[in-house]
Amino acid sequence: MHHYITEGYVLPNQAHIYWTSMIVLYPYITGIVAGAFIISSLHHVFDKDELKPVSRFAMVMAFAFLLFATLPLLNHLGHPERALNIMFTPNVTSAMAGFGFIYSAYLFILAVEIWLVYRTDIVHLYNETKYPALKPVYWLLALGVLDISEEAKALDRRVMVVLAAIGIPAACGLHGYVGFIFGAIKANPWWASPLMPVIFLLSAIVSGVAMVMICYIVIHWVKGREINGECVTALIETAWYFLIIDVTLELLELINHAYMANEDWIILKELVTGKLFVSMFVIQILLGSVVPFLAMGAVVVFKQRAPAAVRNVIGVVCGVLLLAQVGAMRWNVVMGGQMFSKSLRGFLNFEIDIYGREGLIAAAVILCLPFVVIYVFSRLLPLWGSVETFPKEWMKERPPVRQPLKGYSKFTS
Amino acid sequence: MSRRRFLETVAKSGGQSFLFGSLFVNTALLKLPQAGADAKSRAEAEIGKGVIYGFVVDTTKCIGCGSCVRACRAENNVPDGYNRTWVEQYTFYPDGEVFVNSPNGGEDGFAEALPTRNRPSGAEQAPMRGFFVPKLCNHCIDTPCIQVCPVGASFKTDEGVVLVDHERCVGCGYCVQACPFGSRFIDPRSHTAGKCTWCHHRVTKGLLPACVVSCPADARIFGNVSDPESTISRILATNRVQVLKSYLGTRPRTRYIGLDSEVI
Repeated sequence: MHHYITEGYVLPNQAHIYWTSMIVLYPYITGIVAGAFIISSLHHVFDKDELKPVSRFAMVMAFAFLLFATLPLLNHLGHPERALNIMFTPNVTSAMAGFGFIYSAYLFILAVEIWLVYRTDIVHLYNETKYPALKPVYWLLALGVLDISEEAKALDRRVMVVLAAIGIPAACGLHGYVGFIFGAIKANPWWASPLMPVIFLLSAIVSGVAMVMICYIVIHWVKGREINGECVTALIETAWYFLIIDVTLELLELINHAYMANEDWIILKELVTGKLFVSMFVIQILLGSVVPFLAMGAVVVFKQRAPAAVRNVIGVVCGVLLLAQVGAMRWNVVMGGQMFSKSLRGFLNFEIDIYGREGLIAAAVILCLPFVVIYVFSRLLPLWGSVETFPKEWMKERPPVRQPLKGYSKFTS
Repeated sequence: MSRRRFLETVAKSGGQSFLFGSLFVNTALLKLPQAGADAKSRAEAEIGKGVIYGFVVDTTKCIGCGSCVRACRAENNVPDGYNRTWVEQYTFYPDGEVFVNSPNGGEDGFAEALPTRNRPSGAEQAPMRGFFVPKLCNHCIDTPCIQVCPVGASFKTDEGVVLVDHERCVGCGYCVQACPFGSRFIDPRSHTAGKCTWCHHRVTKGLLPACVVSCPADARIFGNVSDPESTISRILATNRVQVLKSYLGTRPRTRYIGLDSEVI
């Protein structure tokens, strides 16, 4: 805990900033979960078949990020060893107390869903692996359920659709709830807003779609695989659509503050035009919203007439800008809310640490961990489709079946 | 079901819902006057339920000596750089400017009772008026810090004192964010939430809080508001009092005499 440089009158106990990088990272990670899950559900539940090439990956990504969603919190807690008290002795009136339950329920839904999606593949790999040493691994992953008869697969599919349908409100709940943690704090005029959960949810979807889009294009480009134009267009369209609603609400929130001009607006105005100017107006609004809105808008308008290379570059560049937009938004909310004192008469200068428990390096490491999980997953199971299309090198030889994208029935492996 | 039976059932359930509905409305109406602006009447509504502690800060008496802050730090072993109580100095200038400060929480007193200020032009500006405001935890009746604590480590005693169970606190800092008054902090030694306890360890033994004992100006008054004969009850009965940030509806038990609208 630091003493920060202050300007004006800051209440004595507020000369310290208690929530820093980890609390910025926490909604960022859960946001990517929600967004990635929505992408996979658009295919699994809403039959957006053009998203099929990324639907499995999006689900794995959601799971990998969800595994580490609690890590920033644990790293931030003064007593992480007591963290489970939140589930053993929850305080029912606390907005935060629900987290353990909502998180666990969602993790369970997602884990079961991924298992159902991949079970047939796991059994194929179990049956067809060349190396006996891998057999127990796949047997474990299949949880010993090796039946891949048509009836068993049909049951898998039925359960999966139900879970995917439950997963959508669960994903929305998880992230809307993260926004509620901030929006329900009446002590902080920069946070207190019923719009906060909605804004958090929409920006979450934007960041998740952006992350899936970047990974899809970059990984396929690196691997020299064909990038599906319809899929990229659909991802860009989805990101564009959610970006518009998200930014509209973000601006409405700010304009509402300015127009109502309550007693707190005097300090909030100084906050947004001073300390948050670069992170809000330059990164969040200009670079992160206006530029992607125009660039992705071009793709949305021109659809397949846009050259594939241009579309892919726009996808990656705008994906990065959108991730920056959402990161800046989290920063502006979490840190912005602590850069002024509740005396409404003073400011704090916050500069992020490089080293240390809540420093930049720690944050970067935590943000990389989900990718390690995705990598390990990709070694065991195919990320982008079934083993039919993406066989593993340790499978016994069989001719790879390239199926056309269109005309897939939804859940066939 | 016969028509007669059906009508009977409807009439019965309708009557019940009317009864419960009116009970609800009545309770709401009874509650409404208490949820009004005056915190005093609300605390007094609890009279007869045993000891209810209250705290009055008379800002017209505070001389800004900082004894209370020093006494609190010594009594409660408050870590440096953090305060369970502090004193703010407000100075008003003819051009309408208000200067607020609290160097080191007012622990070392204040250099000048009414500081002169230099205008940007360099000319000295004599102050118009000024006063000191001691601050501490408001021990709110509807306290947001207890509301948000995820593990139930923050709690309220039967006497209305808001405390933290340091064996249970996870140190998430949510209560620090939720307190509108900046009364809470995370103790860097225990990594748990710290706050004013109204010296609960003293008052339960019949002593007064350290800040009250050490105040040479009688600016801090502590006592049992449910006892109409107590000093605090007499003061509350004969003074106009205010609370901080009443618009947030936290219903503070710490009340102020002579509060200026500039005090937030």
